[in-house]
Amino acid sequence: MKYIDEFRDGELAKNLALSICAEVEPGRNYSFMEFCGGHTHAISRYGLSDLLPPTVRMVHGPGCPVCVLPIGRVDMAINLALDHGVILCTYGDTLRIPASDGLSLMKAKAGVGDKCGDIRMVYSTLDALQIARDNPMREVVFFAIGFETTTPPTAVAIQQADAEGLKNFSVICCHVLTPSAISNILESPEVRQWGTVPLDGFIGPAHVSTVIGSRPYEFFAEEYRKPVVIAGFEPLDVMQAILMLVRQVNEGRAEVENEFSRAVSRDGNLKAQDRVAEVFDLRREFEWRGLSVVPYSALKIRQRYAAFDAEKRFNIDYRSVPDHKACECGAILRGVKKPQDCKLFGTVCTPENPIGSCMVSSEGACAAHYSYGRYKDAA
Amino acid sequence: MANIKRGYVRPLDLKQGRVDMTHGSGGRSMVQLISELFAKHLGNEYLGQGNDGAVLPAPTINGKPGRLVMSTDCHVVSPLFFPGGDIGCLSVHGTVNDVAVMGATPLYLAAGFVLEEGFPLGDLARIVESMAHAARAAGVPVVTGDTKVVERGKGDGVFITTTGVGVLPDGLELGGSRARPGDAVIISGSLGDHGVAIMSKRENLSFDAPIESDTAALNGMIATMLATGADLRCLRDPTRGGLAATLNEIAGQSGVGMMLHEKAIPVKPVVSAACEFLGLDPLYVANEGKLIAICASADVDRLLATMRAHPLGREAAKIGEVIADNHHFVQLTTSFGGRRIVDWLAGDQLPRIC
Repeated sequence: MKYIDEFRDGELAKNLALSICAEVEPGRNYSFMEFCGGHTHAISRYGLSDLLPPTVRMVHGPGCPVCVLPIGRVDMAINLALDHGVILCTYGDTLRIPASDGLSLMKAKAGVGDKCGDIRMVYSTLDALQIARDNPMREVVFFAIGFETTTPPTAVAIQQADAEGLKNFSVICCHVLTPSAISNILESPEVRQWGTVPLDGFIGPAHVSTVIGSRPYEFFAEEYRKPVVIAGFEPLDVMQAILMLVRQVNEGRAEVENEFSRAVSRDGNLKAQDRVAEVFDLRREFEWRGLSVVPYSALKIRQRYAAFDAEKRFNIDYRSVPDHKACECGAILRGVKKPQDCKLFGTVCTPENPIGSCMVSSEGACAAHYSYGRYKDAA
Repeated sequence: MANIKRGYVRPLDLKQGRVDMTHGSGGRSMVQLISELFAKHLGNEYLGQGNDGAVLPAPTINGKPGRLVMSTDCHVVSPLFFPGGDIGCLSVHGTVNDVAVMGATPLYLAAGFVLEEGFPLGDLARIVESMAHAARAAGVPVVTGDTKVVERGKGDGVFITTTGVGVLPDGLELGGSRARPGDAVIISGSLGDHGVAIMSKRENLSFDAPIESDTAALNGMIATMLATGADLRCLRDPTRGGLAATLNEIAGQSGVGMMLHEKAIPVKPVVSAACEFLGLDPLYVANEGKLIAICASADVDRLLATMRAHPLGREAAKIGEVIADNHHFVQLTTSFGGRRIVDWLAGDQLPRIC
């Protein structure tokens, strides 16, 4: 496959691995956080850690949209589907996120008691719009989650609905912002004061950066003295980014470098940013799973488009729900713990029966380790 | 005696007609549907007996009595017609293959139809014709059947259940618990064709991919494989859950592990592109005309040569080995040079967001 296979070439990987081994300084440990779930998935899927020297450790970050969605937000969606009789449209792996009372959207779809939710998986916001056009007598709600990558399509759908005068379409907006999450991690006591989470640099997001560009990361490099290398989601991208991070650390540099220059520019996609700014406004605060309440870390729908805001239309309030007591997703999302440190991992919490959100999506640190890497724990 | 004139019966309207409740009610309409559609296309001496059950000769193999193998499979597929096939031929292939991978010679099929009120008779005719064609090609007649009609909204057009009976010679034992460390893992061809062909025509996801389902009856190829005398441990057709599910199943039953090699696994570029696009893994996508063979390593070359000489096995390849592993993990060396588990699928394969 052109433009894909080139980035999965085993021979090139070997050469990069040799360079990384040659350039790491003896006696020095390197800890890099890959922010994105896409990178976590690539690392596990292609067995990248087998190619790295033991002194280079990859720490999984919170950049998996499914993982950071708190229980209370999923409850809102389930509530709309079960109690308000709406057609709820959602992206695929959101269906399995555990919510309150042992429910998930998947289980609500199958039925709870005598109620049964009309919940439909869509591939794009435009599919949700089409469902609204096709069902003029029904309320259709799109459950909008994700980082900056999925935000512009939601903005486009709302503007399109507005232009068409589509009265039965609305959105539960749960879009979150990458830079706020990175700040939160860098400001956390584990990183700043106690040093329990050593972080020598970041692999910056791929798809998110195509939208926001590389500029927003310059602050982190300068303010926190952490190198950032923006990388694509293919395994060679990740290997190349690790080599670039090792070099920055060795040379005492803390800069934003762009490995993913085939898709990311410094300014990003200005048209998409404009659309987002037209439709969305900053939320004063938003609860993340794992990071708790993070100020100015998410988006809400602007007053101008309030008619499309499902929270207002159905008058539903967010109610915070604590995670399972023994679930370590929070600590895992902040890089404080590894999946195998959690008591629930691989016992009661498995991909078939996820207790915590990190076990849901294949981008989640727990699911990735369980599905691809747990032979290492057995050895 | 007065000559009673037979009343004229207007033939089934295959252009405009639809299945209605009377087609399942036990009256003349039902008899007409059976005679003009099912019996017409699927007819043979056993089906023609017209009794509540088919009377069949005692099965023999090579002139000796053998053991009976029986398997059943319910077919629900959406869309009913897809590139490379339809639910009709699929319902024949699926059950013929389930019997054949046991090492048995498939002999007879039974077919049960659940039809939804309102289903176009023309479409039903196409399905039955395709079924008849597949049964003839595989050499396995449909000897008995049943039809029920459910009200509109209570079915999905057509569901077909087929049951197959075959005969297995004494002494031949194939099974999921017979894999031993050192054995070779062989696949008969490229993975994921059926699943991707189906997905490309799903209502909410149509895309143009020049890909056809691999649906096919494997009994012919399996007969040539058995004739080599190779030390076969197990044959399976990797349908739902794909290669990954089938190998995990065998690993568990035999109490062994497996080590696969990504580079050796045949996947068509168009399938791998579609999977890439949808965020799926071809190792988990369904096949309907492929088989996995576990065999003694000494016999690999002989077996592969025979498979490759058959039209359904041209791309046959050795993709890995059985290894000793108390955890029964199926592992894979990636083409990238790393290693990972190929786990059971958790739930459905759902597209990722990012």
